[in-house]
Amino acid sequence: MTEPLLFELSSPGRVGCRLPELDVPETALPEKYLRPELPLPELSEREVVQHFTRLSQLNFSIDTGFYPLGSCTMKYNPKLHEEVARLPGFARIHPWQSESTVQGALQLMYELQEYLAEITGLPGVSLQPVAGAHGELTGMLIVRAYHQERGDEGRTVVLVPDSAHGTNPATAAMCGYKVATVPSDPRGNMDVRELERLTDETVAGLMLTNPNTLGLFEEHILQVAEIVHEAGGLIYCDGANVNALLGIASPGELGTDVLHLNLHKTFSTPHGGGGPGAGATVVTEELTPFLPTPAAARREERESTAAATEYYLDYERPQSIGPVSGFYGNFGVMVKAYAYLRSLGECGLREVSENAVLNANYLLEQLRGYYHLPYDRLCLHECVFSGKAQANLGVHTVDIAKRLIDLGFHPPTVYFPLIVDEALMIEPTETESLETLDAFVSAMRQIAQEAESEPELLRDAARTTPVTRLDEAAAARKPNLRWQG
Amino acid sequence: MEPTDRKYSKEHEWAKPHEGLAIIGITDYAQEQLGDIVYVELPQPGDTLRQFESFGIIESVKAASDLWAPISGEVVAVNEELVDRPELVNEDPYEGGWLLKVHPQDESEMDALMTSEEYEAHLKTLEESS
Amino acid sequence: MSSYIPNTDADRRKMLEALGLDSLQELFEVIPPEKRYPHLDLPPPLSEMEVKKLLRGLAEKNADLDHHPCFLGAGAYHHFVPAVVDHIISRGEFYTAYTPYQPEVSQGTLTTIYEFQTMVCQLAGMDVANASMYDGATGVAEAGLMAARVTRRDGLVVASTLHPRYREVLRTYTQGMGMDIQEVGYGEDGGVDLRQADQLLGTGTAALMVQYPNFLGGLEDLQPLSELAHGVGALLVVCVDPIALGLFRAPGEQGADIVVGEGQSLGSPPSYGGPYVGLFACRQKYLRQIPGRLVGMTTDADGRRGFVLTLQPREQHIRREKATSNICTNEALVALAAATYLAIMGKHGLRQVAELCYHKAHHAASEIDALPGYERLFGQFFKEFVIRTPVSPATVNAFLMERGIIGGYGLERDYPQLGDCLLLCVTEMNTKEEIDSLLEALREIGDAR
Repeated sequence: MTEPLLFELSSPGRVGCRLPELDVPETALPEKYLRPELPLPELSEREVVQHFTRLSQLNFSIDTGFYPLGSCTMKYNPKLHEEVARLPGFARIHPWQSESTVQGALQLMYELQEYLAEITGLPGVSLQPVAGAHGELTGMLIVRAYHQERGDEGRTVVLVPDSAHGTNPATAAMCGYKVATVPSDPRGNMDVRELERLTDETVAGLMLTNPNTLGLFEEHILQVAEIVHEAGGLIYCDGANVNALLGIASPGELGTDVLHLNLHKTFSTPHGGGGPGAGATVVTEELTPFLPTPAAARREERESTAAATEYYLDYERPQSIGPVSGFYGNFGVMVKAYAYLRSLGECGLREVSENAVLNANYLLEQLRGYYHLPYDRLCLHECVFSGKAQANLGVHTVDIAKRLIDLGFHPPTVYFPLIVDEALMIEPTETESLETLDAFVSAMRQIAQEAESEPELLRDAARTTPVTRLDEAAAARKPNLRWQG
Repeated sequence: MEPTDRKYSKEHEWAKPHEGLAIIGITDYAQEQLGDIVYVELPQPGDTLRQFESFGIIESVKAASDLWAPISGEVVAVNEELVDRPELVNEDPYEGGWLLKVHPQDESEMDALMTSEEYEAHLKTLEESS
Repeated sequence: MSSYIPNTDADRRKMLEALGLDSLQELFEVIPPEKRYPHLDLPPPLSEMEVKKLLRGLAEKNADLDHHPCFLGAGAYHHFVPAVVDHIISRGEFYTAYTPYQPEVSQGTLTTIYEFQTMVCQLAGMDVANASMYDGATGVAEAGLMAARVTRRDGLVVASTLHPRYREVLRTYTQGMGMDIQEVGYGEDGGVDLRQADQLLGTGTAALMVQYPNFLGGLEDLQPLSELAHGVGALLVVCVDPIALGLFRAPGEQGADIVVGEGQSLGSPPSYGGPYVGLFACRQKYLRQIPGRLVGMTTDADGRRGFVLTLQPREQHIRREKATSNICTNEALVALAAATYLAIMGKHGLRQVAELCYHKAHHAASEIDALPGYERLFGQFFKEFVIRTPVSPATVNAFLMERGIIGGYGLERDYPQLGDCLLLCVTEMNTKEEIDSLLEALREIGDAR
């Protein structure tokens, strides 16, 4: 049964929330500014709760199942974090309160900055970006500011690998750059020869991901960094895949100048159905002057006064690119990442990456032979298969994905990276058990078999979900983006 | 078999001379690659096309591709039917799914385009390399 | 061992065996040996009990709004959040779900976004709204970029009464795009200086950008602004306070082309600046230039109604460097909070919230204006107003804090000509007692001077 919308449930006169009576004298309302109609729905509390609760039951979620989405790091979201983020001392403090009244919040932000710097090996940290793409924009604006400051106006190009996430070229374009693509080699690394050919004094930087979107560690990373640095460019690293490197390697030691992190991937904060995220940007010492203002800072003097508190917001950054957010970033998300880091410590983080990488390689090994493996080498935290063998039988990756849903799993990332035909990018994360991994393997093997013996099962999938395949062409041709009544 | 009454570009557009004008559209291969077309963004009558430069966008459910002008010229007419029925480009790319009509600027530009045979050969090489 | 990792040493041994490996270390041999296994100087791991105690300790160092009356606004607001809102966004099916790229298993998220989009349109009087931007500030920035795309012009005329921080973020966002940004000042009544706007607007202007109510709390008629903008072929971009729209005429009825705003007031706590949610809506004809995700209604193979992400080719994952924006993750859960808030408040509730704010703010403002040494500036307002104080705003606020009251926003940094002024905000959360204690404290300061 289709759940009706709020507007279909609405009934004139219904009231959801009772507010107190006015306790001060009234002032005449300015007639000419008043709106004649407010067309919002009218529902009681009971209906609102029933409506949204029933809708929630139509969702797949980490709490209910396995999400092997490559590059998304859908790891378990600890419940402790939800509790502490809701403490009144965190949730109900105003961003403009005087610093002496929010020392706990500033201390949390400062310490989180320190931890992220330690983990990445890059000292300059901004917590202001609220998403990965936002962190990318911040990082690339810093790259631009760096070259501008040196009077280097001729750097108009940014290099991006052919396996890059779409946000990379989109971000480069938002900074005014032209994008040139660097191909990958047969081993799945960036083609170093081609990189050399493309790198010259017009290149502002290279945006790479390491491990890359094939789940593979860039074997020539040190050489790649050298080539770009020698030509005067900077290395931007998309930190989406940092879950493979915690305590294993520091991006700062691998030639990275600018990196963004996704707290809602690597650091366990929940995805929320598409947000909120938090996307810290970290940079080298040399680039620190360009970071957005303000940042949380700490005075060395232990004794703080109302005027000079121990923790404060530092606005002194004359070369800053400027703020990228209305306030200081998604503080409510930072609290969760902070709690995560205090729970794990150094050894906990290393365990995360060791288990994430072991799980991914286990899946690679168990699915080998059932699906085409374009790059046959040890992967890191994710592995990429291709559905092209099945495509020859008339069954495409989208069908495999929909059939997996019928078998109780969220599909992996599909059709990305673009350099792999019919791509299936699988990232189990460290928070899944061997039983879950084996169940997933069984399902995938079953589907491979069905592709040969009963392909219509796949092409008709999904059949066990609240809705079956939806007509996306109709949705795009005659867009219906709001209820008209 | 690609129609022989027109010339083709590498980017899978065609230009067909007709009553002093040139009609422009995309090929069957292009519409198949794109999938269900949902929207076509075209210039206005009076705008100028420059050969091999982008003049619009053709959007499907899964892609949004630039349209590259096979020849230069001034736009004289745009296929208004595509506003309500963009799927015409999928159904009938060579006739009913035409995109626009231009007044060609330079007849010799057609020489830079491929004949139907050359285009078919081009499609074969694409198929082999994939 | 972390409790978040289910596998035991026995499990790992089995898996390594399947891989033909002896140790976990062998998985990382691809990393240059001298770079492998850095030592990370981090505090030692704590148990759940200890982390909770630690975090509680940090939270208790902060003066929170449950324990202190607050008269701060300036872009973040203390409004009532009904219990239903947190109850709904705490459901694991909502908050641990992924972006709804697989619609068959995401109808919950997709339906609520469609409802959110609808209600944003209803509030703003617009045709299309997206699934959210990061916040009001980045919404303004993206609106500027969108106006430039639509008009193919690179000039922006921005009201100085648009939130100062939003103007800064606009400049940050456009620094790589070669745009020309000019500011238009305010007149005696606090509204946009129309004469100056007329002078600055020209055929190179992509948009006139204003805030409603403006940063100084003031309301103004948007019609003349819309006429000025359209007169030169520019768009009118209006940044709103959605609570105000419970009472006042929608920008869509006054000629706005793009409406953006901060949705934090709709069911989210101030949370020290985030997570918030950017509202973004526009006219139908600009549909294909709107940034961010869009949810559309359609049917499935069996004719059932369903919802999908649509018009995705405009977005980064398909269009890449030609995308309308690079935005990927947005503020979905905060948008859900806003949708739940609007559902529970509804037509009557939202209007009532707005009226409470209006009457309380006006009562406080007129009482303060009557105090010796204080003066209210500017004209018609909603829930925020500007007060000239007898001593510096910083001194006033320090005195108020001693009384346990969180005061107003000092304007000296953003508007030097208003360096002796405070921006005060009064909402439905401020009781008569709180307002009286504010008045008493202010009177004392005035008398002592």
